[in-house]
Amino acid sequence: MNMQAKPTLRELSYAEAIREAMDIALSQDERVILMGEDIGVYGGAFQVTGDLVEKYGTDRVMDTPISELGGAGIAVGAALTGLRPIFEFQFSDFAALAMEQIVNQAAKVRYMLGGAVSVPLVMRFPAGSGTGAAAQHSQSLEAWLGHVPGLKVVQPSTPEDAKGLLLAALEDPDPVMIFEHKILYKMKGPVPEGYYTTPIGKAAIRRTGKDVSIIATSIMAQKAMTAAETLAGEGIDAEVIDLRTVRPMDRETVLASVRKTGRLLCVYEGVKTLGVGAEISAMVAESDAFDFLDAPIIRLGGAESPIPYNPELEKAVVPQVPDILDAARGLLKGRI
Amino acid sequence: MPDTFKDGNVPYAVRAYSPEVLLAALKKMMLIRKFEEGAEDSYTRGLIHGTMHLSIGQEASAVGSCMSLTDEDKITSTHRGHGHCVAKGADLGKMFAEFFGKETGYCKGRGGSMHIADPAKGNLGANGIVGGGLPIAVGAALSAKRLGTGAVTVCFFGDGANNEGAFHEALNMAAVWKLPVVFVCENNKYGMSTSTERSTAVKNIADRSASYSMPGVTVDGNDFSAVAEAVDAAVERARSGEGPSLVENVTYRWRGHSKSDRNRYRTKEEIAEWMERDPIATMAAMLIDHKIIDQDGVAALEAETTQIIKDAITFASGSPDPDVSEATRDVYTQEAAA
Ligand SMILES: Cc1ncc(C[n+]2csc(CCOP(=O)(O)OP(=O)(O)O)c2C)c(N)n1
Ligand SMILES: [Mg+2]
Repeated sequence: MNMQAKPTLRELSYAEAIREAMDIALSQDERVILMGEDIGVYGGAFQVTGDLVEKYGTDRVMDTPISELGGAGIAVGAALTGLRPIFEFQFSDFAALAMEQIVNQAAKVRYMLGGAVSVPLVMRFPAGSGTGAAAQHSQSLEAWLGHVPGLKVVQPSTPEDAKGLLLAALEDPDPVMIFEHKILYKMKGPVPEGYYTTPIGKAAIRRTGKDVSIIATSIMAQKAMTAAETLAGEGIDAEVIDLRTVRPMDRETVLASVRKTGRLLCVYEGVKTLGVGAEISAMVAESDAFDFLDAPIIRLGGAESPIPYNPELEKAVVPQVPDILDAARGLLKGRI
Repeated sequence: MPDTFKDGNVPYAVRAYSPEVLLAALKKMMLIRKFEEGAEDSYTRGLIHGTMHLSIGQEASAVGSCMSLTDEDKITSTHRGHGHCVAKGADLGKMFAEFFGKETGYCKGRGGSMHIADPAKGNLGANGIVGGGLPIAVGAALSAKRLGTGAVTVCFFGDGANNEGAFHEALNMAAVWKLPVVFVCENNKYGMSTSTERSTAVKNIADRSASYSMPGVTVDGNDFSAVAEAVDAAVERARSGEGPSLVENVTYRWRGHSKSDRNRYRTKEEIAEWMERDPIATMAAMLIDHKIIDQDGVAALEAETTQIIKDAITFASGSPDPDVSEATRDVYTQEAAA
């Protein structure tokens, strides 16, 4: 038989897919180490590292003390000098404690030294709301780090991409920040076996359509797909683009879609103002795609407030499927 | 009086406080235990959406550390903060209401378990960020000194927090500026799954005090009297302008770190051993020994506190939810500024 061996697609959860990527990396590259709080015997606050410590030992799956600034800085120093650290923040919110090392050191060392060195560092940030953990454990801070030249920032929305982007991040010579949505950890989806990478800087067209371009990030890409199904039933043919990378942004895919549909709806969980949607909108407004717009751009983002505790309030401050539906219908209202 | 109660053997607490004050302290410890049990029960029944960190087993540390504080004095608290809140005089109904996310809660349902605060009673709040309260406590002490209020701040934090940069920066500045603050480390042996042996270079966290030229003492945090003795002395020192101190209460949390803890990092035997050293039973025994209360009195107090918790839960669960249209209220003081 001479059949082409097709990669088998089993279902894994998003968390399992990330763990599998780390497992592959640990097994094939001695330089890879994991660092973070309670990632060893506890298995990580969201059980992402799971039992990797049993396989690779505490020298390679390192529990740090509760010391985000020092831990992040040690990862930067190790990356500068031959190791390939994957640093887990227990919650993305705690990036705030480590901003010095991320922003002033990791992002800038290469440039400041005239290209003499690089920082092949991967950081993982469990992000987003929906768990009732309130204002200091629910933020979406990708735009903070996306604002810093020298960093790359990705937001996988599927198990397949979670694995592929992590392996791509490890291949990348520069610091890559991975924002993982906590609500997605348990979501299952097909994941190819073995080694593969998902390109950083490349958006995914999840659904082609001709009426409106919904550009979404992270969990919002899932919500946009749900909305698109409903819209299809109403005769609205939405194109859903999962941005996947916040920096560098996939300009070509976004602009091509807007030229085709003439309508742009940006959906993201981070605070709306000065966020990812502002960047997408400006990118379109500054390009020839602007001439193709048939309606004003709409951004759906997080409310201008911290994330509240009460579950109804918590839902109210981030975009939900009905909000996407309303916005898309509004964009198509006067359609010719 | 039996021989053992000759003056030298009378515990500090019995010498220092009136029977009324001691009974009030025991009552607070019971209320903390029952608040936590009520919280756990509500959680198990699926009524709670977020997380929680229970302080069962640490009641002597919370109450013993607040004995000489008035409502003018401040505390800063932690993610494991229900006990501190009760110790500082909070209303149990408003605490449960916050835990349930209700408009009648301390934070009007916006904060939840990890952010309960009671500024009117001097509780500047729990904190979701490990070590987040340490510099804030020093700031409160700076205010007290500059404004001449005479207030002292007690800063609660866990053993895990002693490895955050904020801890070291805060202690140093408090010492350099001789501020009226008492750092109370509740060393329950673990920061989540990581033991102090695996996280901390010194044997006792109180040893850190040497680096910041302040007194440091390690006490049995399950012994109400020992805690009160150490913290009262530190508060007195702070109040008289002599500067900060570090008190380490060695204690233990009986429950897991939070809702999702399989306790893989410690043994059942260790947990059982510490449960033998129940701070509430120890406190009750001390008061019985000294004829401040008898068994029936303890039982009556148990019944009374059970009822208080029941009423608090009834109040909280019957309270209204916040209005969704007001989700972004209170981001700024003057809303128009937004
Ligand atoms: C800056 C920061 N890092 C990590 C966490 C996650 N976290 C919450 S509580 C905790 C353990 C804290 O240990 P300790 O200070 O000893 O307090 P305990 O839970 O034992 O009362 C961790 C790691 C956090 N909330 N904030
Ligand atoms: Mg601890």
